[in-house]
Amino acid sequence: MNIELRNIHKWFGKVHANDDISLKISSGTIQGILGENGAGKSTLMKILSGYFQANSGEILLDGTLVKIKSPDDAIRLGIGMLHQDPLDFPPMRVIDDFLLGQHGRLFLNRAQVEQEIKELSQKFGFQINPDAYVETLTVGERQQLEILRLLWLGVRILILDEPTTGISANQKEKLFATLETLAKQDLTVIFVSHKLEDVQGLCDKVAVFRQGKVAGELTPPYNTDQFIQLMFDKEIKIGERATACRPESLLRLENIGIEDYRLRLRNINLTLYRGEIIGLAGMEGSGQKLFLQMLAGIKRPVSGKIVIDEENYAGKRYESFLKAGISYIPASRMEEGLIPGLTLTEHFILSEEHNELLISQREALSLTQSRISDFRIKGAPYSKVEQLSGGNQQRALLALMREKLNLILMEHPTRGLDIESSIWIWKKMKERCADCTSIVFISADLEEIIQYSDRILVFFGGMVSEPIDANTTSVDELGQLIGGIGW
Amino acid sequence: MTMQQGTPQTTSLRSRINWLDLGLRIGAVILALLITSLILLVANAQPLKAYWNIVLGAFSSTQKVSAVIASWVPLVLTTSGLLFTFTAGLWNIGMEGQIVVGSVFCVGAFRFLDQTGMDPWMVITIAFIAGAIGGFLWAILPGVMRIYGGVNEIFGGLGLNFVAKALAIWLIFGPWKRPGVASMSGTEWIDPQFRLTYLPGTSLSPVIVIIALVGAIFVALMLKGTHFGLRLKAIGKNDRSAYLMGIPTTRYFLLAFGICGVFAGIAGSVLVTSKQFSLIPDAGFGYGFLGLLVAMLVNYHPILSSIVAFFFAALSVGNIELQYMGLNSYLAGVLQGFLVLFVVMANGVRQRLFKKG
Repeated sequence: MNIELRNIHKWFGKVHANDDISLKISSGTIQGILGENGAGKSTLMKILSGYFQANSGEILLDGTLVKIKSPDDAIRLGIGMLHQDPLDFPPMRVIDDFLLGQHGRLFLNRAQVEQEIKELSQKFGFQINPDAYVETLTVGERQQLEILRLLWLGVRILILDEPTTGISANQKEKLFATLETLAKQDLTVIFVSHKLEDVQGLCDKVAVFRQGKVAGELTPPYNTDQFIQLMFDKEIKIGERATACRPESLLRLENIGIEDYRLRLRNINLTLYRGEIIGLAGMEGSGQKLFLQMLAGIKRPVSGKIVIDEENYAGKRYESFLKAGISYIPASRMEEGLIPGLTLTEHFILSEEHNELLISQREALSLTQSRISDFRIKGAPYSKVEQLSGGNQQRALLALMREKLNLILMEHPTRGLDIESSIWIWKKMKERCADCTSIVFISADLEEIIQYSDRILVFFGGMVSEPIDANTTSVDELGQLIGGIGW
Repeated sequence: MTMQQGTPQTTSLRSRINWLDLGLRIGAVILALLITSLILLVANAQPLKAYWNIVLGAFSSTQKVSAVIASWVPLVLTTSGLLFTFTAGLWNIGMEGQIVVGSVFCVGAFRFLDQTGMDPWMVITIAFIAGAIGGFLWAILPGVMRIYGGVNEIFGGLGLNFVAKALAIWLIFGPWKRPGVASMSGTEWIDPQFRLTYLPGTSLSPVIVIIALVGAIFVALMLKGTHFGLRLKAIGKNDRSAYLMGIPTTRYFLLAFGICGVFAGIAGSVLVTSKQFSLIPDAGFGYGFLGLLVAMLVNYHPILSSIVAFFFAALSVGNIELQYMGLNSYLAGVLQGFLVLFVVMANGVRQRLFKKG
């Protein structure tokens, strides 16, 4: 379907999120939408998919003026959106997730739907068991599930909001192949991203957004400098590698075993040095998260010792890990990190240790203001966290960390962030390392892992590699290990 | 630069929402009155006259006003206690049972210390503390059941309400029965020296008013100005994040229940020492449930809840006058119920409007 957007305006209070946006997208193409956080990409997509309504402007599908008042309307018109955070129902089965979106039937036809799911899966090369519970799927699989569900609902325009965040390189390749197949079958694909390489590798045309406007449109052959110029209106440089590890050890793992209902990790031995950065690579669900949560004190190891200052922390409570100066930054910001409904100031009050009874509002406000400017959070002290954009929520989450820490554990620290923010966040982290804080992080982005780690652990099917020196390895070598080759 | 823009914007946004909010709430009250009027019309009564009678019933004499205040006190106490559990995201349906057990402990203390010859004020103080402990223990139970047994606190509280009532009835007809014949009208009255003195010509003791005010102020301060209050709020909004931030959520859950129970126990003790003077089967008088309604009606706002509690108390007392119009005195309940329903609905509507806006 051909899409034409004419002079779209959208205001949130005084923020002009979409400022006179006009765009034409033709059928059978993959249109890229590129821009940094808060540039207005998501807002425009939410308007197109019926979650918001524009304050003014027109939407035409195949030349006909349409009004999209709800996501339901959008689906009926053939527009489906894959959100940054999966909008499925974790405690239900895949098939129930499908049946929920079905219209106009009183009785559920399980067998038929199951058959249809299987056929669609086969057609697009997905591997999803209709009887699996949604909560057991990885982010990548949940994404496939959602695409499949949209296709099954008859969507002809597929919008993907930051779809490559949080999925492995392998899954990304698959996703791209799928999208290309869809475009060949005359579907319209809109691909929203802040990642240059993704957009360059996939899209037939790219619109670059900056501050609520279309800064320009580019077509292949692409030139990276042009993109950056349009996105930021300036040049930026990528950060330097960390200094060498310090000789003093912070933490020692002795024969650690961890397990959950589907994975077992055995006999992990590791010495973590002060000021060191260790990157954890692997396909999603290979045990990195378990490993990180074990270090955080959330997941207790089934065997072995976690030795900090000659004291065994295995089996201790989460509070003891916090006291030992260990901080965990989870990937699901709004579920495990921030508290929707509370303001930034309230978050900063909560994050600090307080033994007095009364809250000093003045002190809290000044702390908040200094962190807001320090971490360049676009928000006011009394903004509620859910009013911030995704990137600013991530900044807020990092800003909540206490001053003195021994170990920072991060899950996908720059997932969903634009290049500038990512580089900036790593600069902040490097400052911490210079202060002898160690960092262990998970990322699906191998470039990021090689770029910022001192050593790398690769996870594959319950196995953990020996530490790999980041200076001597390559994306190819890591990629093979992640895929199970070379063990 | 964004910061300077941000601040005034947030404030202007706030005042706009507040106006909308106020309008919706007033609309909800009018709607509740209209529907209740309709019911009155169906019952062949003149609505305006009925409402006027309620007003007369509540405020036409000192005696009546004092009765309103006397019933405001336990309601403020239960509502205040419930603000803690609501803030922590918990439903303490078991408030009613906690009042009953508080009353049991209070009466028990009086029976135990009756003949010791201690100073009456000393005994009364001990009885109040005993009542608070009773409420505390009974409130901790659903908390423990939820945290360690996975029983939703609504079911736990509901079940414990029945158990509490059964306990009271067992005491009334068993160990604590009146000499001679046991009766549903309750245990033997406590010694007159332990009853709180009324103001002359009224049935209101000034002591309980002070207790209510202290309670209400305590809650407002705790929830608005302390780290404890903010942590409770954080837990109520997202206990997973709160836990990862280092807030000991289990302890706070239990504390919220415990404090709520203390308020229930004190409310029970107030009822024993200033109203009933004995243990009766229905020792909670429904204040636990009414407190839930008040808290929901004001969207868990501490200061507003005291005011609305007064309004509810006036309705309940003024209601009695309706009997002289040949109307059933459940009308207050009907009006209170509709009020809460419509205001809660107005909240939902406001959220919808705000999201769309």
